[in-house]
Amino acid sequence: MTSKLSSFPGGLKLAGHKKLSTQTAIQKPPLSKKLILPLQQHIGAASSPIVEVGDKVLKGQKIARADGHVSVYLHAPSSGTVSAIDDHAIPHPSGLSALCITIETDGEDRWIERKPIPDFTAVSEHEIRQLIREAGIVGLGGAGFPSYIKLNPGIHHHVETLIINGVECEPYITCDDMLMRERSSEILDGLEIMQYALGVKRCVIAIEDNKPEALSAMELALASRTFKNTSIVVIPTRYPAGSEKQLIQVITGKEVPTKGLAIDLGIICHNVGTTYAIGRTINHGEPLISRIVTVTGKHVNKAGNFETLLGTPMHELLAFCETERKADDPFILGGPMMGYNLSGDHLPVTKTANCILVGVDDAAPATTPMPCIRCGDCATACPAGLLPQQLYWHARAKDLEKTQEYNLFDCIECGCCSYVCPSKIPLVHYFRFAKTETMNQQLETEKSDIARVRHENRLARQEAEKQEKEERQRQRKLALAASKAAKEKKAAAAASSEPESEEQ
Amino acid sequence: MLTAILAITLLALIFGLLLGYASIKFKVDGDPIADQIDKILPQTQCGQCSFPGCRPYAEAIAAGEVDINRCPPGGEATIQALADLLEVEVKPLDNECGIEKPKTLAVIDEDRCIGCTLCIQACPVDAILGAAKQMHTVISDECTGCELCVAPCPVDCIDMVETEVNPNTWRWPDPARIELQVGENK
Repeated sequence: MTSKLSSFPGGLKLAGHKKLSTQTAIQKPPLSKKLILPLQQHIGAASSPIVEVGDKVLKGQKIARADGHVSVYLHAPSSGTVSAIDDHAIPHPSGLSALCITIETDGEDRWIERKPIPDFTAVSEHEIRQLIREAGIVGLGGAGFPSYIKLNPGIHHHVETLIINGVECEPYITCDDMLMRERSSEILDGLEIMQYALGVKRCVIAIEDNKPEALSAMELALASRTFKNTSIVVIPTRYPAGSEKQLIQVITGKEVPTKGLAIDLGIICHNVGTTYAIGRTINHGEPLISRIVTVTGKHVNKAGNFETLLGTPMHELLAFCETERKADDPFILGGPMMGYNLSGDHLPVTKTANCILVGVDDAAPATTPMPCIRCGDCATACPAGLLPQQLYWHARAKDLEKTQEYNLFDCIECGCCSYVCPSKIPLVHYFRFAKTETMNQQLETEKSDIARVRHENRLARQEAEKQEKEERQRQRKLALAASKAAKEKKAAAAASSEPESEEQ
Repeated sequence: MLTAILAITLLALIFGLLLGYASIKFKVDGDPIADQIDKILPQTQCGQCSFPGCRPYAEAIAAGEVDINRCPPGGEATIQALADLLEVEVKPLDNECGIEKPKTLAVIDEDRCIGCTLCIQACPVDAILGAAKQMHTVISDECTGCELCVAPCPVDCIDMVETEVNPNTWRWPDPARIELQVGENK
């Protein structure tokens, strides 16, 4: 692509700290004895288990099926026995537990029969999507939205451009960078399949200019192929250029509308990791059972990228990287800007776990915030063009309606506003709070509306029953009166006829 | 002088007719204020406000007969919303009616249920399923946690259980409250 790039408002230039974890090639940590697989590792409905405790499973075997449209399958990452299906702590900002399938591995790592598709153009787009769904592939950039849905624009939309997101703008994280350096050809394999499934005209691979090695590897791989209308575009390094909406703005100059989706502009965005996973699924018949995780930070002696089986407990991965985690170290899943603190390290690696950070200097400090001085730096930094200060006042006052007026749900939670705030106000935390409160309130309203209708129906039914009863009673009274009258008449008739008979 | 009087009288007559026609033509059915109040109330139909359900309470508030602080299930948030709507002062919850409690759901201990149907008759939202001499159960999605089924049960087999938070229903804690706590600790 030669056209000029556009840009998005705000954003930050951040120190990358990426070299920490790019010194070694992608490694494979040893197989864990126990793999813990949460049934919900994606956006949407949790998968439902299709195995029972005690079942023997093979590597790549389905262990849970998709439950509904926005859901995917889950697979055994290694061979072994299902030892438990119960609640286990999962990586989540709440620190709560959720239903997980635990597999005791047998060490054999025996695959189930794999069915690669030698020529994907021989199968329909629909079948490709189903295969991707059954392979459990979700967006590996961090959100975890089922990928097959994003490959199905539907009849109302036409996809013009496919953007492959290799921007990876957040500091410390390098899993996409290393993937592009080492497996560029397989990323292109996946890209070919996606182009086929979407039927797109144009494809753009976006890479930030702080990854020259990844860029040259991808260019080299692309040069050796005969791809039509596919180009690599170098994006200037600025956080959060890797966020979908911001990336679209940089590449096309168009802004995704409020409450709209990228598809409304005829654009679909997929992460490079997802693209790679799709290539593995179709060309090798391998479902999503592992992902590349960056383990980095001040206290990680052997920082790097690790192709980790899903369900591997984090403490084992940390031990493999010779990590000395101190109790008060920031321990973050994701990057320093958007990640969240983990409650402990006995948590499994999931599909969306792109980076484990142990000890960083620039993570949000836990100091008491100072009052807002209305400097406006947050509004300058906001890449979504929102007014964080106004949102903050209304979120703080719990005036949720007002936060809607200021488009709270357009906030991408990138953390730029909190980062620049001189008073160290945890702005993003306020916005997340306001978002979950709003969603909860909507849910409550829906529930109370249902309760009102049910109560009204009940009252109406009781009223109808009462009237029916009264009607029945009235009928019975009438009938009784009628029969009484008839009897009396009969008696009277009998009485009047009796004297007659007497007379006779 | 006479023309002026005539003109004014005529105008008054025309406008009077116009207003009279409008009041018939654009008549609003029901009480819109009561509807708005009813929308704010949590629809538990628990009767803790001493009215038989949310709607009668909403109508009483709209008529100015009672205070806005008589709804324990709605708690502070409902009082705040009502005060905003009616432009009156926020008042603390009336303790006579009850206290604000975390949301609960009724759960029937099915081993002990004798199938008397008393709870079914008490439930204001038809959230209990069962028949005479058959075991009853609560449709948990429909239960409003009003506790009206607890008292009629002759064998005390209904418990009010706090709804458990799972990662999907979890909400981010209020940062303002955390700030306050940090400030107090210092």
